[in-house]
This record gives sequence, C-alpha cells and structure tokens, in this order.
Amino acid sequence: MERFGFAISKGRQIDYDANSRHIAGYISEREPSFRVCIECGCCAATCTTGNFTSFSLRELHILLKRGENESVRENIKKCMLCGKCTLVCPRGVNTRNVVTLARQAFQKFPADAV
Amino acid sequence: MKIDGKKAIWKDYQKEIAEDKFYYVRSCVRQNFFPGSETAFLRIMRDILKKDVFEHPCHTTCTGIGYHSDIVPVETTMTVVARQFALMTESGYENLMPSCITSFGLYTEILDTWHHFPEVEEKIRKQLRKATGREFKSPKNLAHASDVIYKFRKEISAKAKYKLVNKNTGEPLKVVDHIGCHYAKMFPSKGVGGAEYPYVLAGMVEEWGGQVIDYPERRHCCGFGFRQYLVQANRGFSIACSKEKFESMKPFKPDMIITNCPGCPMFLDRWQYVINEMEGKTYGADGEGIPVFTYEEVAGLMLGFDPWDLGLQMHQTDCEPVLEKIGIEYDPAAKYVINGVNTKTNAKAYLTVN
Repeated sequence: MERFGFAISKGRQIDYDANSRHIAGYISEREPSFRVCIECGCCAATCTTGNFTSFSLRELHILLKRGENESVRENIKKCMLCGKCTLVCPRGVNTRNVVTLARQAFQKFPADAV
Repeated sequence: MKIDGKKAIWKDYQKEIAEDKFYYVRSCVRQNFFPGSETAFLRIMRDILKKDVFEHPCHTTCTGIGYHSDIVPVETTMTVVARQFALMTESGYENLMPSCITSFGLYTEILDTWHHFPEVEEKIRKQLRKATGREFKSPKNLAHASDVIYKFRKEISAKAKYKLVNKNTGEPLKVVDHIGCHYAKMFPSKGVGGAEYPYVLAGMVEEWGGQVIDYPERRHCCGFGFRQYLVQANRGFSIACSKEKFESMKPFKPDMIITNCPGCPMFLDRWQYVINEMEGKTYGADGEGIPVFTYEEVAGLMLGFDPWDLGLQMHQTDCEPVLEKIGIEYDPAAKYVINGVNTKTNAKAYLTVN
C-alpha cells in the first residue's frame, strides 16, 4: 500500500442493505410512539446527561433507525432515566421506555448490536 | 428493473442532435488514457458513416480541469471557450461536437450563462477581440460525441460484424453503462434521457445486442472528481467511489463496463488494479477484473476493427475475456507489436528505431 501514497477511504454511506434494523424493530413493536419521533432534538436539549457529556438522545434515535447500532450500545448506558425528555417531547414519544427497551434489546441480541 | 416507467421518463428528455457537418474538439486527457478511441471515432464517422467531421489544429484545452479544480477563473475559461467558438466560426461549421464530457458540460454551462446574462457574453466578446482580434458565433447545435454515436447506433448496427452476445451461450452480454457526471447531472435537459435515466449508452448497448444492468450505484461518480485525484493524498476518496460502484455491481456479474467520459474508463480500469494490489479483491468472474471500454471502442469492435488498432492493449484490466465471449478474431501475439517490434519484451529496440 505504501507505494501508492494513499489508502482506500472508508465509505460513509448509510448501507441499509447491510445494517441490521432489528433493534429498532424490537423497540417499535413494544413502544409504537418511537415511530412518530421527528428528531426535533427537544429531548437532547433538556437532557441533564447531555449537558455534561456528549450524550444525545436525538442522535441515538437516528442511529437506531438507520441500524448503525454499534455506537448506540455504549452511549445509551449514560442515560439516567430521569424522564425530563418525556415531559418535553412535542410528539408524545415515551423516550424513557425507548431507552429501556433499547438496553433490553442490546442484551437480548448482542449480534445485532454491531 | 421497471423498463416501461423508465422509457416513459427518458422520452421526455430528447435532444436535438445534428445530422452532419460536425466540428470535432478533442479531449486533453483521452490521448494519453486511451489513445485509440478518438481515432476510432473519426474512422467510424468519416469512413463508415460518411460524415463531414472537421478538426482545427489550433484547438486548445477548454480549461475544464483547471476550472473544476479552482485554478482557472471562470472569465478566463469563458474567453478560451469563446476562442474555440471563433475557430469553429472561421472554419464555417456550426455543430460543435466535443469528445470530452467535461468540455461538453462546460460549453453547456457557458452557453446557459450567456443566455441568462447577455452582458457577460458581451464582456467576453470584448476580451476575445482585445486579446486575439477574433469574433465568434455560438454553436447552432451542441452534442457530445456519444450523442452522435447514439443517433447513428442503428446505422452502426446494420454494418456491424459482431453483436454484444456470448457466442457460446447465445445470451446477451451483461453490460454496465457508466455516464460521465458532467453529461447530464448539471443540465438534465441537455442529455439524452436526462440525469436520472440517461439513455445514451443504454441505447447503444440495447441496439448492439447487449443487456444493460440496473444496479444500486448506477449513477454514482467513478471517482475522477478532479480535486479528489489531483492531490495524491486525496486519492483515497477517489478510489473509495470506484470501490463503492464495484461492490454494488459485482452481484449482477457484469461482463463489461461501457463509458462515455475521458476519466471514467481510466479510473474504473486502473482502480481495479490498485484495489487488487491493496486488498486482493477482484470484481469480475473467475477472479478476473471487469473489462472497461469507451463507447468508441465498443462501436469499433462491433464493426470488426482490430482490437489492437483500437488501443485495447492500453487497458490495465485485460479486455480479452470479452473478445473471447463475443468471438472477435484477434491475434494475441500482436498485442504489443508496433511496426514489427514487440514493445513489451523489446522496448529498447523500439525506442532506438523510433
């Protein structure tokens, strides 16, 4: 590789064919309000954890729906389940239950978390 | 592939292509990449289709590569292009036919700019007059060389010696068509079939007996992208684009790729070698690469031109598997022979003589 002076960049395209959206499916089945999220970010704006760390529930919602589960698995553990996000959600998403179900799903299906 | 829907859409995007009397402008880079293509094109146009094609010896670069790399300012580009138009006007031609997709895109862009901002055209006319004393008329018809081959695809088919058909199985060859980005992505109405469903190469393939493959990354850039390539350290982005395409087309088992841009065949051809060197991956059948052709080369092969006259020895990914499948007669021993000297095994002797 050295003799070329460059390497092949890794694609940043979201590959829906390769990504597993099983975790998102698991959450939607048990908490249908997960589907109506519009990713407005009110949850992230009010989040105490997000105020002190890089945690963003909005980002995790998007990643889960895309099937990009790897970074969600570790990050979702940061949530303290205080429920402030549930109070401010304009769409009435039960965000606290979404977090709980995501944690459950990652434990039940570790292979899909990659 | 929903053929009916796509055919209905591309019918909305038809363009006028001149019948005869073409003013041909060559590409800067094609002569180095695949030198046989433009020669084959002129041979097809003049000897087979009996068309009047004129080339001006004073024609220069359109500055497209410099323009898209942010090196040449747009006013300079416009003045250079105005000079090309002036040469055409002086030669008595009105139908401009560029060989290069980027030139075609650039000419289209400039004509559109002048249409919307006549004061810019006036300024450029003034600059050209001051610099060279020349005057010009804008082209009456602007068609890329692949548009012209597309227009005469049936005439070529009628005179063809071969078809894009596997001689052993009788099945049509599976062909990936790759259209240069500057062909219709900037001005969809200026390309046959528009930006979403360009039909210019698909029409040739279907007419000549092949089967076009519709794969997910069909409209993805080949990775040439000027700035991605010009700086060596950035070439990882370029090769990543080509790799994305190869990964996407591989499951459809294509026999060959056909292109209409100077850069695309170069990068789709050479990057297959580099990916193989870096990661040991190949994308064709039996661990081989997928041969990449220009549309002129394919037209030439159909008409029975000698593969080595078309310059197929310049391809890094070997083209012989396709020649074998179609059943084209060729002499494998003559691949690198020029004037009786094998330039591969005896390059020194060739350079001494010439």
